[in-house]
Amino acid sequence: MATEHSKSAARFMIAPSVLLLMAWMVIPLGMTLWFSFQRYNLLMPGMETFAGWDNYYYFLTDPAFTAALFNTLFLVVGVLVITVVGGVLLALLLDQDFWGQGVVRILTIAPFFVMPTVSALVWKNMFMNPVNGLFAHLFKALGLQPFDFLSQAPLMSIIVIVSWAWLPFATLILLTAMQSLDSEQIEAAEMDGAGYLSRFFYIVVPHLSRAATVVILIETIFLLSVFAEILVTTNGGPGYASTNLTYLIYAQSLLQYDVGMGAAGGVVAIILANIVAFFLMRMIGKNLDA
Amino acid sequence: MARKTTATRKAGVTALAWIIALVIFFPILWTVLTSFKTEAVAIADPPVWFNFDWTLENYATVQERSNYARHFMNSVIISLGSTLLGLLIAVPAAWAMAFVPGKRTKDVLMWMLSTKMMPAVGVLIPIYLLFRNLGLLDTRSGLVVVLMLMNLPIIIWMLYTYFKEIPGEILEAARMDGANLRNEIIYVLTPMAVPGIASTLLLNVILAWNEAFWTLNLTAAKAAPLTAFIASYSSPEGLFYAKLSAASTMAIAPIMILGWFSQKQLVRGLTFGAVK
Repeated sequence: MATEHSKSAARFMIAPSVLLLMAWMVIPLGMTLWFSFQRYNLLMPGMETFAGWDNYYYFLTDPAFTAALFNTLFLVVGVLVITVVGGVLLALLLDQDFWGQGVVRILTIAPFFVMPTVSALVWKNMFMNPVNGLFAHLFKALGLQPFDFLSQAPLMSIIVIVSWAWLPFATLILLTAMQSLDSEQIEAAEMDGAGYLSRFFYIVVPHLSRAATVVILIETIFLLSVFAEILVTTNGGPGYASTNLTYLIYAQSLLQYDVGMGAAGGVVAIILANIVAFFLMRMIGKNLDA
Repeated sequence: MARKTTATRKAGVTALAWIIALVIFFPILWTVLTSFKTEAVAIADPPVWFNFDWTLENYATVQERSNYARHFMNSVIISLGSTLLGLLIAVPAAWAMAFVPGKRTKDVLMWMLSTKMMPAVGVLIPIYLLFRNLGLLDTRSGLVVVLMLMNLPIIIWMLYTYFKEIPGEILEAARMDGANLRNEIIYVLTPMAVPGIASTLLLNVILAWNEAFWTLNLTAAKAAPLTAFIASYSSPEGLFYAKLSAASTMAIAPIMILGWFSQKQLVRGLTFGAVK
């Protein structure tokens, strides 16, 4: 059906999107690369000089980088474990027959729609605050010392806050996948004498594995960039205890005005994200053929 | 599942599901309740649940002190504006790729998706400096453009997966019946495409409304949407729980309602069609 005429019309229709995305990619990326080799501080404009690999050297050897790299890793892995394991269990439960399914589903996915600054501040002040927070009240009622979550276990607290927001996402996607499972397959296995555990591990888990992979990869992309939750709760502290890569680069760029260092950090972050993206793209690409 | 379940089992599952759902929902419920309390009641120990004098004072105070309505409008304009602009650019592209696929269509789609993988912080400096030099810092139009570009790949992908489901044969049938291109678009394709476009719009308004990297870094007092406005409560105003709750409730309510309507589209849009 595609004539020469319709093909050139199609190209004309696609062009604006391609050109815009191309510009959005190439211009800032080129600038980041360029700045990363410059000695450039916003407080000293007009003093830019070529820096060679210095920015990279200082960024990568800074103890803050090692701390941020591990914090990023803990944050991503911690949230992934909580949300995927929790999501599978919740999806199993919500897939059962019970009263009020619609309402329960709505309540369960609600946190996903809460903007990051709101969820972080609500948790920080109304739950984790060591004097007036609900947890402090609860601890006192149980006769325990109130615990200052965000200064004594800042990274763990942020993991909890972020997990709360992402658990609904994992649950929703895993539940959607679960509902496409052929119930006849389960019944057949049941009749052949497969117990609950073997049905779970040999039928449900393989069926969910693709959805779970998608959840893991997409969450990873977003979790590498967690920012607002850190900004409004701990500002990355105490020390670097809750600084992730995104926050570190932000601090170097816009708080210390060190454009060169910030740009070098940006390049490092892009490389790390691309390693993850590579696997995600392969998954989605395969699906496109199917 | 079609299997028979006994009543006791169903009751047990019901209880467990409701308990877990309420625990997960509790922070939101507590925020909404607190927004109707006075500051003293909000921090009372032991906590007061429902038995207090409900007041709307906090909502009035939040608006009075900080012109809440302005930030709310900023959120509306930025999220809706960026989505509509994105649709304007994406609809023709997705249309062409779905109905006139070429050899390279798949590569183009994958490349578009790959732009989404770039971490925002990697281009923070160039975008910040460009905005500063062009006078776009703290303007709504600047944010509309950045959020549009950020979500453009998702918009194109979602539209593409919806358009792909419109059967091509229906066009041929219409043509046989003597429809010209104009009639084809108005009477055949548009009615079939509208639901997909509407879902795309919904999901992208949600994403743009909650976006909290560019909105925090590129705005100050003037163009700040609710994400950035609420961040200003981090200290010390956040210690006024009732007011923080009122501001938060108003910020999340509209989007939560939209979100509940778009559960299905959410899965599809966020997984780029990989899970349906």
